[in-house]
Amino acid sequence: MKVEFEVPALTKFPEIPVIINNAMAHCQPFVAKPEYQTQLGYPGELVEDWHDKAIEKMRELLGKFRSLRVFMDTCIKCGACTDKCHYYLGTADPKNMPVARQDLLRAVYRRYFTFAGKYFPKLVGAVDLTEEVIADWYRYFYQCSECRRCSGYCPIGIDTAEITMAAREILDHIGIGQKYSNEIIGKVHKIGNNLGLPKAALLDTLAGLEEDIQDQIGVAVKLPIDQKGAQVLLVTPSADFFTEPHIDGLIGYAKVFHRAGIDWTLSSYASEAANFGVFTGSYEHMKKVAMRIRTAALALGVQRIVVGECGHAWRVAYSFWNSLIGPFDFLDPNYPVPQHICELTYDLIQQGALKFDPEVHHDKVITFHDSCNVSRGSRMGDTPGGQFTIPREIIKACSNNFVDMAADTIRENTFCCGGGGGLLTDDLLELRVKGAMPRAQALQQVIEDYGVTHMAAICAICKSQFAKVLPMYGMGMDMVISVHQLVGDALIMESEH
Amino acid sequence: MTAFVEFNGRTYDTDEEGYLANLSDWSPEIADYMAKLDDCDLGDAHWEVINFLRAYYQKYQIAPAVRVLTKAIGKKLGKDKGNSKYLYQLFPYGPAKQACKYAGLPKPTGCV
Repeated sequence: MKVEFEVPALTKFPEIPVIINNAMAHCQPFVAKPEYQTQLGYPGELVEDWHDKAIEKMRELLGKFRSLRVFMDTCIKCGACTDKCHYYLGTADPKNMPVARQDLLRAVYRRYFTFAGKYFPKLVGAVDLTEEVIADWYRYFYQCSECRRCSGYCPIGIDTAEITMAAREILDHIGIGQKYSNEIIGKVHKIGNNLGLPKAALLDTLAGLEEDIQDQIGVAVKLPIDQKGAQVLLVTPSADFFTEPHIDGLIGYAKVFHRAGIDWTLSSYASEAANFGVFTGSYEHMKKVAMRIRTAALALGVQRIVVGECGHAWRVAYSFWNSLIGPFDFLDPNYPVPQHICELTYDLIQQGALKFDPEVHHDKVITFHDSCNVSRGSRMGDTPGGQFTIPREIIKACSNNFVDMAADTIRENTFCCGGGGGLLTDDLLELRVKGAMPRAQALQQVIEDYGVTHMAAICAICKSQFAKVLPMYGMGMDMVISVHQLVGDALIMESEH
Repeated sequence: MTAFVEFNGRTYDTDEEGYLANLSDWSPEIADYMAKLDDCDLGDAHWEVINFLRAYYQKYQIAPAVRVLTKAIGKKLGKDKGNSKYLYQLFPYGPAKQACKYAGLPKPTGCV
């Protein structure tokens, strides 16, 4: 449990490190045990004919996803991505340069799927698929958080995240899976959420929160669950039920629904917004995880689905739900399908339905961390960039002191928290701490320049990651706060009487 | 990878991070021993938490949410102790994860 690595020093300005070969070659997550593999339909351990199976799977993915073949073929080695990855900036390992990460797969692609690679492999950097290559895949494709910052800088638009997903999917199919992600996906299939929180525990937790809110503000704010006929189904990351600072965000959503008089419900069957199927690149599991939400929405007869503060959940919901689990012809078309909780709150603010006392936050100077999946994989509202402006407008509506971090570290250029993409696990703590360095550096800057006290976020992974790693950079774990905690604390509630 | 902890001449299966694989292997003595391996001495305050975790797990098959835990501890030991700051003092690695380990419960998974 002890930290046995050096925490990077925060410099005044971002510095691009000199490369250190194999700096992170020792780092890889726990491999999933057979039981976690087989429950997802994967081989329990490395199969005997792993070589042929891997190439076969690669062929299948190249045929299924045209984008993958384009990404394999089109890199011109311009170098624009090399200094854009937070893991490279934090670790100096050249294999964490996005182009080098891609090349781990690309070299094999060339060897088996291109004319030049088949006949003149050395000329085109094509390599045979060996056990050492597989080991490198497992190491370095689990040192990518699929945040897609590099893709934004790529002149061709090569999406490293998709390449990472393909590599992880191939690895799973030859029997090498990641314990963290695959154990969790299994729990969702079985119990309904990442934590494995059974219905009885969920009911107990929600009842306790209702009591707390009543004690705190004297208003009977409800956290309804499995309410048939409710207007809104809220799906939120299960971390919102379990840990801090997430849980205060959940209380914030409840206060918003209460104040706006919206009839809403949670679901014990679909008690998870997160979808780790996207992290492992498994279309099949992504669909199966998402399907619980459609099933719950139909069973409860809701008219709207609202998604809580979870970065990749919103990407999956916004970008993939329609083809994964649509059509949503049973939902009310007068509202966005699906709708982000920030969109809902923002709309209510626009209508004048929510009133705030920003003085509640007089002691705070707040900045906002854009989550990677929301920033680069989705949108909010009906204007371009709504995913950036809406959360900021909400924060500004309920507080008085907001400042942004440096421009090249926010909005579409945002740095990953360092724990996304299935890497929020303690066996990767060194990677997480080092990968958080660019964000911590930008945060340190606004602390020094503007006295920032809090960084708000709209993603369960970001919140957990920052609460864990910021203290190692000398910052308080309670700096991290849910946007809807800011909302909930400043919201003026009607008295019950 | 098979991992285990050796204690009193017996080996107990654990996961990769030293969490007991079998709930039934737990005893107060092994809890003390696992804590010592992490340079942590379990006092009465730690035991309040561990006992609550075990009772809760028995009822719900999962560790309690942080808020449920802080509330229970606050009720038992006084409001000044019913917060996560107090729990972090006891279990610096994070109350949910570290305390679960000594209580013989599986590590919580997910975005926590």
